[in-house]
Amino acid sequence: MKQVAIVSGKGGTGKTTVCASLANLAENRVIADCDVEAPNLHLLIDSEVLRERDFYGSKLALINPEKCQKCEKCVAVCRFDAIRDFTVDELKCEGCAACVFVCPHQAVSIRNVVTGKTVLSSSSWGKFSHARLNIGADGSGKLVTEVRKNASGYAGDDDIVIIDGSPGIGCVVIASITGCDAVLVVSEPTLSGKHDLIRVLDLAEHFGTKAYACINKYDLNPDITGEITEHCRERNIKVLGCIPFDRQASQAISRGIPVVRIADSAAGTAIRNIWINLKNELQIKTN
Amino acid sequence: MKMVVTAEGRDLDAPVDPRFGRCEWFISVNSDSMEFDCSANSAVNSSQGAGIQAAQFVVDSQAEALVTGHVGPNAFQVIDASGIKIYDGTGLTVKQAIEHLKNGRLTEIVQAGPAHAGMKRK
Amino acid sequence: MIISVLSGKGGTGKTTVATNLAWSGSKTAYIDCDVEEPNGFLFLKPAIEQTEKVNVMVPSIDKDSCLACGQCAKWCQFNALAQTKNTLLSFLQLCHGCGLCALVCPEGAITEVPREIGIIEKGQFNNNNEFIHGILKTGEPIAVPVINRIIEKIPELTADFIIVDCPPGSSCAVIAAVEKSNFCLLVTEPTPFGLHDLQIAVNLVRTLNISAGVVINKADSGSEMIRSYCEAEGIPVLMELPFSKGVARTYSTGKLLVQEDLLLRQEFQDLMARLEGVVS
Repeated sequence: MKQVAIVSGKGGTGKTTVCASLANLAENRVIADCDVEAPNLHLLIDSEVLRERDFYGSKLALINPEKCQKCEKCVAVCRFDAIRDFTVDELKCEGCAACVFVCPHQAVSIRNVVTGKTVLSSSSWGKFSHARLNIGADGSGKLVTEVRKNASGYAGDDDIVIIDGSPGIGCVVIASITGCDAVLVVSEPTLSGKHDLIRVLDLAEHFGTKAYACINKYDLNPDITGEITEHCRERNIKVLGCIPFDRQASQAISRGIPVVRIADSAAGTAIRNIWINLKNELQIKTN
Repeated sequence: MKMVVTAEGRDLDAPVDPRFGRCEWFISVNSDSMEFDCSANSAVNSSQGAGIQAAQFVVDSQAEALVTGHVGPNAFQVIDASGIKIYDGTGLTVKQAIEHLKNGRLTEIVQAGPAHAGMKRK
Repeated sequence: MIISVLSGKGGTGKTTVATNLAWSGSKTAYIDCDVEEPNGFLFLKPAIEQTEKVNVMVPSIDKDSCLACGQCAKWCQFNALAQTKNTLLSFLQLCHGCGLCALVCPEGAITEVPREIGIIEKGQFNNNNEFIHGILKTGEPIAVPVINRIIEKIPELTADFIIVDCPPGSSCAVIAAVEKSNFCLLVTEPTPFGLHDLQIAVNLVRTLNISAGVVINKADSGSEMIRSYCEAEGIPVLMELPFSKGVARTYSTGKLLVQEDLLLRQEFQDLMARLEGVVS
């Protein structure tokens, strides 16, 4: 089993378009949408839900009003300003249990809370693992772990798990890329795109994950494309391909299909080449 | 000798779970009498620091040895500081691993593997 | 008046809207709470005058008085402490700074000491407009303390309008950035992705009970889909930014649209005026 995470430091660089396209091109794949805070991959994959499971994503304090004597010890000890009128604000509580410790009346306990659902779907491209997170839900790093576990559970030895990673560099991204055989960073030639590419490459390096890059809409700013290529060269990061700006890419999204399914699309052709390069790099067998 | 083995099932015929922090079960075995009990790994559901929590379980169980696959840097530190030896039981059943350990045929893990390796393989 | 700019996901033009809007008012401040990927400074090019560290309080263990009883490790909900045979080990990256370990320790062996997880920079852009952003250190898992520290600075500002550039998504980090706002500006794109993410953002502001308006970025023939959703939900569409390669190029070089394009400058000034109307 090989696991590849498609990531971007910044959102909106075309990560999901690239990911859906690679998932369409690969054989023997299992797909995981780990962009759990803003999942979009399901909009490009024709899928049917097989099962849903409650996801207990966090532990929060709960005050039993019958035992509470309103002594305010919990209010004083809480560093997260999470107790108001002797009830716990679920959006603020971090589940640290300081209130449990200080309560002289054993009125506070820590309980597991459902913060979303993990979903396993079947699609014409194979199993598809994804999730739905409730608003403001915490512990999404753990949810990413769960989504990946659901996906890898269906992957055989020769299978590839294609992961749509979260944007950013925080805990969800860390959970998306750790233990992967490779990450493919989808960048775009903007100042912020370059800045964020550097941050996410730092992160991959920090966790010892092999990184590759590709540049989407590279022709929008050839100068910055050059700078990104140069930066990657200096760090020994292979750029597996450059994808031209192509209106058919956004049309594909509107039609709910990956852009590689549009035969004459320039972006699709470029992504096909990226897949060939990635396959070679990872030594993925072809049937 | 008392030892803890990470396992994919609940008895001695189960395969050793190569993951440590996010393994399914801990089997605590007395290698002389082969008596054992099984506990679910509560760390598997922690949102962070699963390896550390699992290591704390092993330390608290007062085992002298741990048989598993990959141990990340944090968990390694906790187990190592308690003087518990770690052995690689990848590919064996729990029973085989214990026999191998008694005969000195298990490799000792003397260095932490990469972090979050439990994400890598089932 | 605090106006948060957010979107269900990244890359919809949230920073573009926030920075251009901040430039369009005379008494506006810009606050970047997207601490994992702070990009506003690339466009506003502020002169940074002040830098401060963001610390979380973490345990420091006095080895001499610690009796290795393990109570602190038992209580810590974040696995940041572990009790080995003879010593206590700490894993400070996992610490949420709740202070419970110090409370629990029967020997008083734990004191709390600061540990840096990021920085905040404060400065000015465009002659006297206030600027603040936070930068989370690479590899740090917890962004909320940095965001909270930025939000705490808001009362120090003199601006009438404070534009808060939020992190993408709907996580606890977004809540931390948004919850003190008077109004939310939701930026979206006219695609099925955009609509889906807009619905998430609308849920978020409703949960927090903050009123909101929508900006459609890269507006084209697909905008109708967004407009009819907004109409059905009773949310005003406050601006439509048309898609053009020119806009994309301006953005890519780190320039503000309002500096390059007189029509867009007018559009953003109108948006500012509309916001003043909606909010008051």
